[in-house]
Amino acid sequence: MVSENSEASEVSAAAVKVLIAGGFGVGKTTMVGAVSEVAPLRTEEVLSEKSEVVDDLRGVEAKTTTTVALDFGRITINSDLILYIFGTPGQERFWFLWDELCRGALGAIVLADTRRLDNSFAAVDYFENRGVNFVVAVNCFDGAPLHTIEEVRDALDLDPAIPIRLCDARDRESSKAVLLTLLEHLMRKARAQLGMPV
Amino acid sequence: MTGPREPWYDDAAGPLVRPFAVTRGRTNTNWRDLDMITLVVSARWDSSIERMDREYGEIVRMCGRPISVAEVSAALSLPLAVTKILVGDLIEGGYLIFRTPPAPTAFPVPNIQLLQAVLDGVRKL
Repeated sequence: MVSENSEASEVSAAAVKVLIAGGFGVGKTTMVGAVSEVAPLRTEEVLSEKSEVVDDLRGVEAKTTTTVALDFGRITINSDLILYIFGTPGQERFWFLWDELCRGALGAIVLADTRRLDNSFAAVDYFENRGVNFVVAVNCFDGAPLHTIEEVRDALDLDPAIPIRLCDARDRESSKAVLLTLLEHLMRKARAQLGMPV
Repeated sequence: MTGPREPWYDDAAGPLVRPFAVTRGRTNTNWRDLDMITLVVSARWDSSIERMDREYGEIVRMCGRPISVAEVSAALSLPLAVTKILVGDLIEGGYLIFRTPPAPTAFPVPNIQLLQAVLDGVRKL
């Protein structure tokens, strides 16, 4: 890691992030916007020559830049702490980006649509394999067939310790409650790991 | 991404072509390990910035308060990789100071204080 500039005073603020993952069109950016203090921001990452996503670029110079968008929001906790909320790219071909997104993330929310629960398998598998702590939020779209939380747990084969809650990703309070569910889950895991009362 | 939005920028042929012109073709940077949530703050301003490419001045101006590399990228509509190069140039020039994100788990010990601060903050929203 590069060393900080010793000639100037240090930046006192710190930044942390959580991720919102899930299938394409499940409402990740909607949830980012619901909890963010600013309208969702969009950044782009350039496909690197090492990415596995070169199929449709075959024969083209490896440094050809193709971009994938990332939407994110910001919550200023206090003058010293900023929480960023990143939506992960919803398509599997962009998974190479998840590695950078996951690095240093506090944890993740897997947003699920009960009409397309299988779209959540990939995110659940990814986080389980990487040891990233996560909770599951079921986005209740209007008219979506509602499954019980236990049905969702069975379908996703989730550990009983992983919280699942229903939400409306458009609603600030509902989305905030999901974020709190994640943070409380992370705190329980951390305290348990430290042998502290949970 | 989510919703009907297309993840590919069909309407943005400019950004597909232009980014690395800003960096004069450089795709490598000593600052590659800048994270997308590394925070940067402006440290000084002098007239030399006016002679640099426009983006440099814009970055220093927008960093009056701590913002992340990702926010700089979003504000300039430049890819993260390009933004990291420009931000790295400004750090080397002493125009910006930065802070890498704290480890959420000071391995193998979770960072309880950090988690508690985030939890308290979100509860108060």
